[in-house]
Amino acid sequence: MLEVQGLRKVYDGHGRRVEAIADLTFTVGGGEFACVVGPSGCGKTTLLRCIAGLLPPTSGQVRVAGEPIAVVFQEYGRSLFPWLRVAQNVELPLKAAKMPRAQRQRQVDEALAAVGLADAHDAYPWQLSGGMQQRVAIARAIAYGPSVLLMDEPFAAVDAQTRADLEDLIRSVWQRLGVTLLFVTHDIDESVYLGQRVIVLSSAPTRVVENIVIDLPGERDQLTTRADPRFAELRARIYAHIKKLPSQRAEHGSTHDLSR
Amino acid sequence: MTLARRIVTLLGLPVVLVATWWFLSAGSTDFYRPSLQRIVTAFQQTWFSERLVVDVLPSVARLAVGYLIALVIGIALGMMIGANRWLRALCEPVLEFLRAIPPPVLVPIIMLVAGIGNTTKVIVIVSGCVWPVLLNTVEGVRGVDEVLADTCRSYRITGLNRWRHLVLRSASPQIVTGARQGLSVGIILMVISELFAASSGLGFTIVQFQRGFQIPEMWSGVLVLGLIGVVLAQLFTIAERRILAWYHGIRSSQREW
Ligand SMILES: Nc1ncnc2c1ncn2[C@@H]1O[C@H](COP(=O)(O)OP(=O)(O)OP(=O)(O)O)[C@@H](O)[C@H]1O
Ligand SMILES: [Mg+2]
Repeated sequence: MLEVQGLRKVYDGHGRRVEAIADLTFTVGGGEFACVVGPSGCGKTTLLRCIAGLLPPTSGQVRVAGEPIAVVFQEYGRSLFPWLRVAQNVELPLKAAKMPRAQRQRQVDEALAAVGLADAHDAYPWQLSGGMQQRVAIARAIAYGPSVLLMDEPFAAVDAQTRADLEDLIRSVWQRLGVTLLFVTHDIDESVYLGQRVIVLSSAPTRVVENIVIDLPGERDQLTTRADPRFAELRARIYAHIKKLPSQRAEHGSTHDLSR
Repeated sequence: MTLARRIVTLLGLPVVLVATWWFLSAGSTDFYRPSLQRIVTAFQQTWFSERLVVDVLPSVARLAVGYLIALVIGIALGMMIGANRWLRALCEPVLEFLRAIPPPVLVPIIMLVAGIGNTTKVIVIVSGCVWPVLLNTVEGVRGVDEVLADTCRSYRITGLNRWRHLVLRSASPQIVTGARQGLSVGIILMVISELFAASSGLGFTIVQFQRGFQIPEMWSGVLVLGLIGVVLAQLFTIAERRILAWYHGIRSSQREW
């Protein structure tokens, strides 16, 4: 379980004061799949870093039940060790956790196979495309066997087909591992398709605008789910909220799609 | 590049220079500038003898020991200082001060403390080599990527693993730069350390030849120094290729764009 209570984060330094998060309170149940959507620069990454314990909140608190936490960073390319090969990148956290070699090897193989990179073990990250690098980062998170998984816009750099595949991959991993998953995206359709709940954030300083339960059937499919009338309804509801965000229209021109 | 082309590139200029020297100096009667032919003859007589064991090898061994100690100290201290902002602020003025002192002026002082044996010579070499290694390591450690640092924190890659897999590797391109500078300083200090109160060694021998007006022999000693420099630089390059394979790989993959 993951509990965020009265979280506030103000960046203060170098003569610039930015209130990124005004006041956030929400809970993600154990084993739940929740998506966070919000406009660019609203503080999604800041929120994730606070949850992961990488950034101290200005006030409020974050409680995470269950260990360990795995993070897939937005700057996935920079989050891979360029001097380690793909398999070594995935293996390093397991090595640091003193997992026995045989088990390590098995988990690395499984995770890389799961993201479709079974034949990239010996490549260096910089020899791969952006989307492949991202899948390595996802494989590393999966292999870690986390009970809480935080993902920061993991599919921003991949093409539509890979993206659809990875969305289904994440859902099956989530179902299989029973992890608590917090998934940040700025693609509204993606947030509806993936999760059991969508937390809509306002632009900075961020608050929760709406907390929508996605009551679509558990078995999802790119074609049928996206054609479901309920899918359209939920999506329209989130779009409506985003439209109402005042600064969004002025800043970005388009209010329909936050990403493109 | 094909092997043949590489060999030509590697040896082309040296061959041209040596040939030029050979023909320009041929038949020279100038006492201080003997012909290359005489130098080569002197080279064979002087260095393919027990001198190799008595003078050259000990010098090179002292250089190797001093250089390795400097690497260990420089990298270890540099990692500690670079990783700690407070320590860095504390040490910076002192480091700048110490670095500004030319090691040769320290030789008499070190000799007072450590005598006139090998220890002094090794200390002289260390005292010069350590600075480029240390200062470059500090800079390299400061440049650790934040996202990678966050990755280590969130995946609990801590302690020794963090030093080994994050800090040392991140800093390695800078460390190698420092180590290369340190190597050339080391060769210079190898010679200088043998100029004071020494009774053997490459530097000592060359000066002896000069004082004894054995000019071709003196020149041949200079050639030995040059050759040692070339061999060490080659060894260094081989080591660098292994250690920084990833780094050069990234750079050449970016160039392909
Ligand atoms: N280290 C920092 N120092 C100062 N300000 C920061 C820092 N990191 C983020 N900010 C500011 O905080 C706000 C939120 O940033 P954040 O990266 O959390 O947004 P985001 O929602 O993840 O954006 P995106 O969708 O583009 O990734 C921005 O205004 C940003 O300028
Ligand atoms: Mg972000």
